[in-house]
Amino acid sequence: MTGLLEAQDVRVRYGSLAALDGVDLCIHDGQRHALIGPNGAGKTTLLNVLGGSTKPQRGTVRFDGRDVGRLGPAARARRGINRIHQRPAVFPTLTATENVVVAALPRVISRRGWWPGGRRRAAQHQAGPLLDQMGLTAVAAEPAGHLAHGQRRQLEIAMALAGRPRLLLLDEPAAGLSAIEVGRLVELLQALPRAVAVLLVEHRLDLVYALSDTVTVLRDGRTLAAGTPDEIRTSPLVRQAYAEGVA
Amino acid sequence: MRDEVIRRARGGVAALVLVGLVVAPWVVDEYTTAILARTLALALVGVSVALLTGVAGMPTLGQTAPYAAGAYACAVVGSRISDVGVVQLVVAAGAGALLAALTVPLVVHARGVIVLMITLAIGELVVIILGRWRSVTGGTDGLAGIPAVRPFWGLPPLASDQARYLYALVVVATLVGAVLVLLRTRAGLVLRAGRDDEARLRASGHRVALHLTGAHIAAGAIAGAAGSLLVVAQQYISPADFGFDTSALLLLGVVIGGTASVGGALVGAALVIAVRDWLFGVLPGHAPLVLGALFVATVYLLPTGVNRARGRLRPPSAPAHQPDPPVAQDQATVAELHR
Repeated sequence: MTGLLEAQDVRVRYGSLAALDGVDLCIHDGQRHALIGPNGAGKTTLLNVLGGSTKPQRGTVRFDGRDVGRLGPAARARRGINRIHQRPAVFPTLTATENVVVAALPRVISRRGWWPGGRRRAAQHQAGPLLDQMGLTAVAAEPAGHLAHGQRRQLEIAMALAGRPRLLLLDEPAAGLSAIEVGRLVELLQALPRAVAVLLVEHRLDLVYALSDTVTVLRDGRTLAAGTPDEIRTSPLVRQAYAEGVA
Repeated sequence: MRDEVIRRARGGVAALVLVGLVVAPWVVDEYTTAILARTLALALVGVSVALLTGVAGMPTLGQTAPYAAGAYACAVVGSRISDVGVVQLVVAAGAGALLAALTVPLVVHARGVIVLMITLAIGELVVIILGRWRSVTGGTDGLAGIPAVRPFWGLPPLASDQARYLYALVVVATLVGAVLVLLRTRAGLVLRAGRDDEARLRASGHRVALHLTGAHIAAGAIAGAAGSLLVVAQQYISPADFGFDTSALLLLGVVIGGTASVGGALVGAALVIAVRDWLFGVLPGHAPLVLGALFVATVYLLPTGVNRARGRLRPPSAPAHQPDPPVAQDQATVAELHR
């Protein structure tokens, strides 16, 4: 069975350090896949490779059956791979609505797209419900730079969804959020359409278990284990790796 | 509410300035009217500098290059082919856009100070070429005796400084209006987003280089059109009109006016040229000193420019930018795993 995204034998070296050393990963349509591991395991590097911001020295990345290894982040986003960054990446001088409109424009569907302003109007129509879904309607006209950290995280999720993703790469989405904001984030991520596959990198394992149906554990740039959250939770190998990784 | 009041106040000031500009030739003498017409041309180049520097995030010292291309194309057409203003304007804008298009590979992939250096080099190269291509440009002597322009076919030539000033005012108002409309479109929104965070824009799927290319060519066309206004105003051009001092003054004016604002660019460029040209008579030899003092005062007192001065008055409850909290550390994960 072929996956939506398939990465094979991915290798990335920084000088003598092997950040990724022959990693394989397969994500299917609608799957909730988590990537965990101690600091320096290669999680963010793998996310960078899949998102197109890092080119691997070896290995292939296929998305929807096509080789996307040579494509940059923009071309991958247009094919449906969107990313949420560790620190919320928004356009600070644009309003929340404008942020979502900008994110929606590359993949907006409009019957009047050929008409001047047609695509922007269509993107504007998408922005309202998305901001409402994220609870940001009250601050829709505020510049994104004035929003609190948690609101910017919600705005970034709205921006990612506006790009009509087929695969969402989430890089530690709970980083810097309060307990209440994390609860809200979990609700939002659980409510994502099942058509959207998710690859989640997260240190908080309670979130990993709550949000994912498959977990891959990385250590020193290699795949240590893969399985369901229950299998990973009870794996002595994984417990040992974490204990050593933090010690 | 406060924003609405400020918006209306700015609209009122803009309307007053426009009325003042329309009635100016009946109030001031002919010499001042001629200077005003030349100032309008340079203010339009200032708008193109603001479009690149403030909106697209590409600071430039080279807009004198398409400005010169437009001016010389207009002068050649005006002397040899047609004295119709619309024709000259289209040819000048086309020449500016063509020169900008030719320099796209050098400019749109560079960033920050490197763009400044590349555009400065392009501007200087164009001035050198103008000085040496005598058969077309007249060399350092320039081109003189360019016939007075007639705005449309069938209309009489604009023989007075007053008429030429009003022609320049109509063209500038039309083009500035077009730029303001452009900034409200999808292209304007995407350019502003790219200025904020280019990597984020790319991650959203936008072809950033394509948008910057469009902005660079559009700014070249505007500067080229401004070049034709200079020809109309002076009926004489030489490479000295497009030297480094003009580039620096334009950037200075745009910084003083507020880089992200078309209105600010107009005000800033007009202010700088006015200080240079009027103080030349009032304080001979001291105009550069006054300009320097003006620039230092603006940078210290109004770092976002005259037009954005209200940002300095923003109440403390609305900070300019909320900082990100520190990212969570790994240590929590072992306990979670062993739970």
